[in-house]
Amino acid sequence: MKTEVPAGAAYRPRRDRLWFARTRSYTVFVLRELTSVFVAWSVAFLLMLVSAVLSGGLPEFVALAGRPWMIAINVVALAATAFHSVTFLNLAPKATVVRLDGYRLPAWMIQGGNHSLWLVVSAVIAFFVLRGFR
Amino acid sequence: MRRAEGVAVRRTPEPYLWLLFSGGGVVAALVLPVLVLLFGVLMPLGVVDWPTAGHLRGLLGNVLVRLALVVVVVLCLFHAAHRIRHTSEELLGLARFDLVIALFCYGGAIAGGVIAVMLMF
Amino acid sequence: MTDTTQAVRQAAGTRTIRMEVARYRPGQDAEPVFQGYDVPLMSDWAVLDGLNHIKDQLDGSLSYRWSCRMGVCGSCGMTVNGEARLTCGTFLSEYGDGPVRVEPLKGFPIIRDLVVDIDGFLAKLSSVRPWLIREGEDLPLTAEYAQTPEQLEAYKQYSMCINCLLCYSACPVYVLDPDFLGPAAIALAQRYNLDSRDMGDRFDVLNQEDAVWGCTFVGECTKVCPKHVDPAEAIQRYKLTAALRSVLPWSRR
Repeated sequence: MKTEVPAGAAYRPRRDRLWFARTRSYTVFVLRELTSVFVAWSVAFLLMLVSAVLSGGLPEFVALAGRPWMIAINVVALAATAFHSVTFLNLAPKATVVRLDGYRLPAWMIQGGNHSLWLVVSAVIAFFVLRGFR
Repeated sequence: MRRAEGVAVRRTPEPYLWLLFSGGGVVAALVLPVLVLLFGVLMPLGVVDWPTAGHLRGLLGNVLVRLALVVVVVLCLFHAAHRIRHTSEELLGLARFDLVIALFCYGGAIAGGVIAVMLMF
Repeated sequence: MTDTTQAVRQAAGTRTIRMEVARYRPGQDAEPVFQGYDVPLMSDWAVLDGLNHIKDQLDGSLSYRWSCRMGVCGSCGMTVNGEARLTCGTFLSEYGDGPVRVEPLKGFPIIRDLVVDIDGFLAKLSSVRPWLIREGEDLPLTAEYAQTPEQLEAYKQYSMCINCLLCYSACPVYVLDPDFLGPAAIALAQRYNLDSRDMGDRFDVLNQEDAVWGCTFVGECTKVCPKHVDPAEAIQRYKLTAALRSVLPWSRR
């Protein structure tokens, strides 16, 4: 036994640079957060489309969107935005506590409502984009 | 309510940023996947035909559609900015540069909103 | 795991499992080092029983905290094979042939071996005033305040916290930034916020960048909580409360 233990010698662990790789759930969390990069990309892509439509440059945009690397980016963006939708809509009931008759509405009901709304909104958007009222 | 006197309460913009982040998260979740699916994947792959320029211009001719698009753009960009700010700080240990990163991220979102307004109005 | 017949016990008694225990002796070790011990692999032994075996039979110099060994006192939280666990509720048999790696809780200064410094947490805990705040009452307090089952249910879950700090250890936000108020303190603030008898207001403590706004909803606090408190939910709910109070001028401040 050492007798001369320095006062205040508590050991402070260094920052773990690879913390996000230590467990699967940390990695899933980081991937969930990184979907935001593709959310930003999707918005930029939409703005490019809007700009092309309004300036009459739609054929050029169609050619650009058809490039293999562009399709590859958008396939990843689709996966990321869909992952964002699933995780975000599933986590929503954590912040919004709905009380009916004094007791909490179960999370699956709120989640089910969210996902149903997602389907309806998607169908409405697809309808107007593809067909609309002629 | 009964705070010790002389304790200044720091005001923080975080509640407003979080509301924009959350609203953007909901909007992004509801509208982005179907738009990316249609314009980014199915149409370029030829699974679905591109709509005519006239049809799309007709859609954008409606002021409500343009307003909705601006709201979608601004909210989604704030959502992304908020997450990119926090994730970059957590992944890279950059929390001490929070102010600079925050200005860059939210500034980018505002710039995107301005671009959207200038395009459509 | 409930099979504790004599034959099984004897067979298990002849087998051992390797425990790798983090040692940090101030003045002797510059940083924590691992020391290996072989302990009997009993089907009904928890990691804490293994540590007690080491302390009693193999190496009396090992330091760690424990008390009730039944998941109530919250003092035996450690990192077991990378996961924040109560060592009294984590069985050695979970780890098959081993080894079982026991380290102190992540995110806290290490005083010695497996003992961490929780003073920071205690200061945070008292900063949220985790008690019923009443106004206009004179001592002695004699009045009773009955609650309906609904009023009890509104906060009961958050009152189950045993301050074991597993949630802090599992939270990357806290481990990266020790100033973060953290899951348990916010959940306990909510426990009193949601109590119909409480007249206090914790808005100024909770509505801070280091408090609820520091949370990025990783959700690990809820996963590791041995008492199903769900601190992640408590934090998200207060974010909504604080955000609405910030934008709605007529809400109480």
